[in-house]
Amino acid sequence: MTRSGCRRLLGPLLASALVLAASACGSGEPTADGAQPSGSGSAGGPVSITVNCMPPKTNKAQRTTYEEDLAAFRKLNPDINIEKVTDAFPCYEPRTFEAKLAGGQLETVFFVNFPNVGRLVAAGQAADLTPYVGELKTFKDYNASLDIFKKDGKVYGLPTDGYGMGLVYNRDVFTKAGLDPANPPKTWAEVREAAKKISALGPGYVGFGEYSGNNVGGWHFTASLYGRGGDVVTPDGKQAAFNSPEGVAVLENLKQMRWTDDSMGSRLYIDWPALMKAMAGGRMGMMLGAPDVLISLRNDFQAKFENYAVAAQPEAKALFNGGAGYMINPKATPEQIRAGLKWIEYEFLTPGKGQLDYVRAKGANLTVGQPYPDLYGADTPSGQEVLRLRSENANVAPEQFALWAQGSKGIPPKAEPGPYAQEIYAILDTPMSAVLTRRDADPAKLLADAEAKVNALLAKKG
Amino acid sequence: MTTVTMRGPRHRDDPGRRRNQRRRLAVRRNVTAYGFLCGALICFAFFSWYPMVREVVLSFQRTNFVDAPVWVGLENFVTVVQDAAFGPAWKNTVAFTVLALVLGYGVPFVAALVLNELRHARAYLRLVVYLPVMLPPAVGVLLFQWFYEPESGLFNQVLGFLHLPPLDWLNSTDTALVSLVIVSTWMNLGSGTLIYLAALQTIPGELYEAAELDGAGLFRRIRHITIPQTKLILLVMLLLQIVATMQVFIEPYLLTGGGPENSTVSVVYLMYQYAFNFGNINGGNALGVMLMIVLMVFSAVYLRVSREDES
Repeated sequence: MTRSGCRRLLGPLLASALVLAASACGSGEPTADGAQPSGSGSAGGPVSITVNCMPPKTNKAQRTTYEEDLAAFRKLNPDINIEKVTDAFPCYEPRTFEAKLAGGQLETVFFVNFPNVGRLVAAGQAADLTPYVGELKTFKDYNASLDIFKKDGKVYGLPTDGYGMGLVYNRDVFTKAGLDPANPPKTWAEVREAAKKISALGPGYVGFGEYSGNNVGGWHFTASLYGRGGDVVTPDGKQAAFNSPEGVAVLENLKQMRWTDDSMGSRLYIDWPALMKAMAGGRMGMMLGAPDVLISLRNDFQAKFENYAVAAQPEAKALFNGGAGYMINPKATPEQIRAGLKWIEYEFLTPGKGQLDYVRAKGANLTVGQPYPDLYGADTPSGQEVLRLRSENANVAPEQFALWAQGSKGIPPKAEPGPYAQEIYAILDTPMSAVLTRRDADPAKLLADAEAKVNALLAKKG
Repeated sequence: MTTVTMRGPRHRDDPGRRRNQRRRLAVRRNVTAYGFLCGALICFAFFSWYPMVREVVLSFQRTNFVDAPVWVGLENFVTVVQDAAFGPAWKNTVAFTVLALVLGYGVPFVAALVLNELRHARAYLRLVVYLPVMLPPAVGVLLFQWFYEPESGLFNQVLGFLHLPPLDWLNSTDTALVSLVIVSTWMNLGSGTLIYLAALQTIPGELYEAAELDGAGLFRRIRHITIPQTKLILLVMLLLQIVATMQVFIEPYLLTGGGPENSTVSVVYLMYQYAFNFGNINGGNALGVMLMIVLMVFSAVYLRVSREDES
């Protein structure tokens, strides 16, 4: 074949391949009028929805209860067709979220953890649920955890899991170090003393573990700062507020523990599983963490569950509010939104049903008695019912969570620092990693540098 | 063919008909090749060219993948350029590339030279050198996480054995980037060595024999025979190495999280942060376009060099 002939053949081939690729990949292009996720169902007929975050097959007990709930919900709501349930883990995966949204593959009802709520709301990537939430029976009983899903008076999601920060500790390690596991530290000075004793147990023992990279360093700095009464941004969200005596105290305390006391080990924990693995390993004494950390140590990291307990965050004036919930695909129809909310209500928000069915959970080798999810006000009918069912069916040792529950009572929760939390956390990773890697790190200077960066970021975002 | 003969001399001289016939024959002969070509073209179109075009388009837009995208000109580029991590990311990427050239370019060549000179156990050593390439990159990187452990890691134990002070490896701004370069070099050593070895084995043995008769030692033989004879492959590998190492991601992502103090944030790592952690996919695309332009320059040089090699 001649060169020109080859070119003539290649031209159309290339063009057709590109058009084919563009048309195939562009099928999920966002449209001005808003395309709908697949399976929306015809108006007036049965409505089809998809949901995510089914427990993985490896978590047999929870998977079974979830499947039972799906079957029961389908029976109760023959007009709602849950046509697809996905079990990809982790439930919220930022690496695929936007690709799925663009390609029309995002589930109608999708899971989201608190740190990502703000930016999804700000970006318009979740449906406005305000006109529909009044139809939920327990909606009026929600506590302040709902606030994280609100913006300008509108509701964009429903929390299904919520907890305040605390101090997670290993009771076995405490005993070995001559500390009283029933009386864990209540002040940061006591944390330092306990950490010193634990690290003195020998090589491999770490008194206190802390994060320093991949945005989790900034996340834990925020939790510590809130506890000391500080703030990350000003109330209007336009300026950094962490360059304060409280911020310096957070870093100074870590620096002293790392370099003066040598009680933090020399390993850096740069992502969430790293510190969890170290804690599960059984030679780390303490870390900042909410009560859910204990369950995760048991289910995901195969730790010896009974060795762990959670106490109130030392000297806490406010508790960083962690948790997760569900949002609805912004391309969903009103019928799909209603159907999706019904599912969320059935599975996560009805005392005695779904994941709040503590009688069933107790018989299914699931932990009952941990003080979360903390969704409803304690004096509301839903809140009282959840507490009653939980205490009647508790199968975890009370001392594992009791100190957290008692010590955290009355301490106000505090949410993520706005929609740019992840960018701010990335900036705050630097001071965290600096005090844990440099003996001569200057907390005040580090915070001043970070402040300038955060102010520039917030000014740019307007 | 039979048809042409039966139609007699009247048709034999018809140039248009002969041309068509030749074309049909050529197409028939090459139909399998065209099939393969189609497959490759469609794959490239789907997985390379289309994403590249979309990347460029998205870098000039603001989109939430729900509403219609808005064209914003250079806004995304301005945003990422003003990011406090932008400067360190480029500085680290260039530093990583230069260090990776010093180590990752020289070490495989030396390894190939040694392997080429060996008389015994050559096949075994070739396998040993190539083994790291067979490990999935994430496994290789995580293996080094253990090697770099400050207290119980292999490297500090070796230093202790030699009565040398331990190093902070990944925990220090001074050594973190170099530590990543070591990982990268180790992981890519096998492929580089094999390519160099193949090039070395094409050099005629008579050249070395003649040089030896003339009294040339090992280093003079390398300088006057080996390097000139492998000049083109060395140049091509240099350019490929630059293109590959400028896209460093997995090492900082898995080993350091960009730290300590941003000392290992690379351009691709920052791109990842924008796209997936900051929820700013357009900013991530803007960074991607910047990197693509830089890499295109090196790729253009590479293409020119390979063409010279062919000719």
